[in-house]
Amino acid sequence: MSTPIIEVRIPTILRPYTNNEKIVSADGASLSEIITSLDKNYPGLGERLLENGELRRFINIYINDEDVRFMGSLAATLKTGDSVTILPAVAGGCM
Amino acid sequence: MPLQISQEIVNTILEQSRVEYPDECCGVILGKAGSDLPTRLKPMINAAHSPTFYEFDSKDLLALYRELDDNDEEIVVIYHSHTETPAYPSRTDIAYASEPGAHYVLVSTRKEIAPENEFRSYRIVGGEVTEEEVVITSIGK
Repeated sequence: MSTPIIEVRIPTILRPYTNNEKIVSADGASLSEIITSLDKNYPGLGERLLENGELRRFINIYINDEDVRFMGSLAATLKTGDSVTILPAVAGGCM
Repeated sequence: MPLQISQEIVNTILEQSRVEYPDECCGVILGKAGSDLPTRLKPMINAAHSPTFYEFDSKDLLALYRELDDNDEEIVVIYHSHTETPAYPSRTDIAYASEPGAHYVLVSTRKEIAPENEFRSYRIVGGEVTEEEVVITSIGK
């Protein structure tokens, strides 16, 4: 079985890493592999998504309509035809 | 480039901040993609339910972006309230500002300024805060 090729939607703030492309491709059967693939093609992107090997708290990643936090986070599996969406959290506070 | 906004929307946001006090309230104002005009107010649930923090629920956030795509809209304003501090972006607000094209609006419910209202708008890009003028257009759109 070949490695799934996945469509990844990139938020505005991360498009400087992807030559301003809004939708890019990545290979991987797990989210971890997808991020590795993204970082290989778009150096520096991985560091915006991961901290100490874990998904950053204020970056939301979805596989189709599901938040990956409910699918095993970096271990979440993907198949061809799945779509990944990255959205930075909208958050803040008084401190 | 100032923020142009209707008095009606301003009043609705101020009212929301009072109703949701003591928690921070939050939401967005949408507009036609590329217009930079905030016409459609969409309050959002503060999933943090906190007097010192706000966050959109991740599912709500995805639904919002899908809606924008469907309607050819953009996020023109992201707003939230500071319950006891001034309507100025905090370190946290600056750190998490991830929509470079948006106007960040802050309101405050702090007692020292009652019954005055504080409604201020900022651009937050690359960690830099620039306050901008708020131009009130007539009631409605």
